[in-house]
Amino acid sequence: MLKNRIIPCLDVKNGRVVKGINFVELKDAGDPVEQAKIYSDGGADEICFLDITASNENRDTIIDIVRKTAKECFVPLTVGGGVRTIQNITDLLLAGADKVSINTAAVQNIDFVKEASKKFGSQCIVVAIDAKKVSENKWEVFTHGGRNKTGINAVEFAKKVEFNGAGEILLTSMDKDGTKSGYDVDLLKAISKSTNIPIIASGGVGTLDHLYDGIVKGGASAVLAASIFHYGEFTIKDTKEYLKSKNIPVRLHNA
Amino acid sequence: MNVTIVDYQSGNISSVINSFTEVAKGNFNLEVTSDIKKIKTSDKIVLPGQGSFKSCVDSLNSINGLIDTLKESAMTNKKPLLGICVGLQMFADIGYEEEETKGLGWIPGKVFKIDNQNGKFKLPHIGWNEIELQKQSKIFKDIKNKSHMYFVHSYEFIPKDKSVISATTDYSSKIVCAVEKDNLFGTQFHPEKSDKNGLKIIDNFLRL
Repeated sequence: MLKNRIIPCLDVKNGRVVKGINFVELKDAGDPVEQAKIYSDGGADEICFLDITASNENRDTIIDIVRKTAKECFVPLTVGGGVRTIQNITDLLLAGADKVSINTAAVQNIDFVKEASKKFGSQCIVVAIDAKKVSENKWEVFTHGGRNKTGINAVEFAKKVEFNGAGEILLTSMDKDGTKSGYDVDLLKAISKSTNIPIIASGGVGTLDHLYDGIVKGGASAVLAASIFHYGEFTIKDTKEYLKSKNIPVRLHNA
Repeated sequence: MNVTIVDYQSGNISSVINSFTEVAKGNFNLEVTSDIKKIKTSDKIVLPGQGSFKSCVDSLNSINGLIDTLKESAMTNKKPLLGICVGLQMFADIGYEEEETKGLGWIPGKVFKIDNQNGKFKLPHIGWNEIELQKQSKIFKDIKNKSHMYFVHSYEFIPKDKSVISATTDYSSKIVCAVEKDNLFGTQFHPEKSDKNGLKIIDNFLRL
């Protein structure tokens, strides 16, 4: 039976993990490579890096981080943030990423998704959709980290990226992100029901029950979270054992 | 011992290179190449494959003499060859992704899209799934039944002779996820992305 995936996400800025962490075993709390290795050793099903570096000149640092991480972590590695060109994707894949996540560039030019999935295969193209609720059961796509309104209906856009070859959708609720009050389950449900590709839920996790809700109520194939893992509130192992106790199919450590 | 990972521009093989490098730890001489002279002198061959069946076959065909060299090594000289993902699928006679495309024809069979029961199962089949061992396979030495492996695919190889199937996985139906026929080995899942279990399979292949 296919298992639901638990994906820790690391926000990286200028080569350093942004959010605070208090793993005692860490020599360098801000080192993304070391952090990724701990997650991978702990049984993470996938590792996600989100590069939030603002300036272009520091973009090479993420390539270097991916290269080092890929030599130590043998689970899938997804990298997002600033992916705008075929060359960006080539560079990340050559460094050892398995998938790239495309956000703003997919909204600006859907042909980019089509071209990328044709060239590299759908299996490595994730489209990240940031959505905000505008009225009952209606969500709009936002870009540039939630700053820019697009007027595009999120459900319609999800269908469009599937049609153009995206292999997965990483769906973030901008209303919920950072609130620790749980995923926007209605948004997840609306999009997982209207598409036939796996949905990765993101934005708002504060408790393990939120992960459960994302999978059971929202229909997500995978759940992504950042701060509950960063701050050491829960380990990947705790998370999986909890979900397993609630009858969610998960891959337990080294199984 | 010379091991060649065939680089025929079939998409991303960095993870395959990283994992084999990790397992080989300098005890095996790894080459990543499409140079047919090097492939000829290689003791073992790894054939990765990403993207569509058609694009992989087209890429193999675009390198002069590559298919004949692979065939000679695998079918005449019986050197161990491991096909991964589309690398395994290409063992078939025919694939139906994009359009009907002739495969290598090394193991009789065809590659079809997974029957997702009218959308009941999402495609691609992405994530960790258990493998059910169907027979003793040398590359599964010390791998427990129902071990988890990482999958990402929408098509499956259906061999004519079921006795070549070494493992299946459950996704809408029992999908063939590993084959062994003489010196030919193939996995539909990605051992290079399957954590310790996957690295063990790579180790088993290198030690054949």
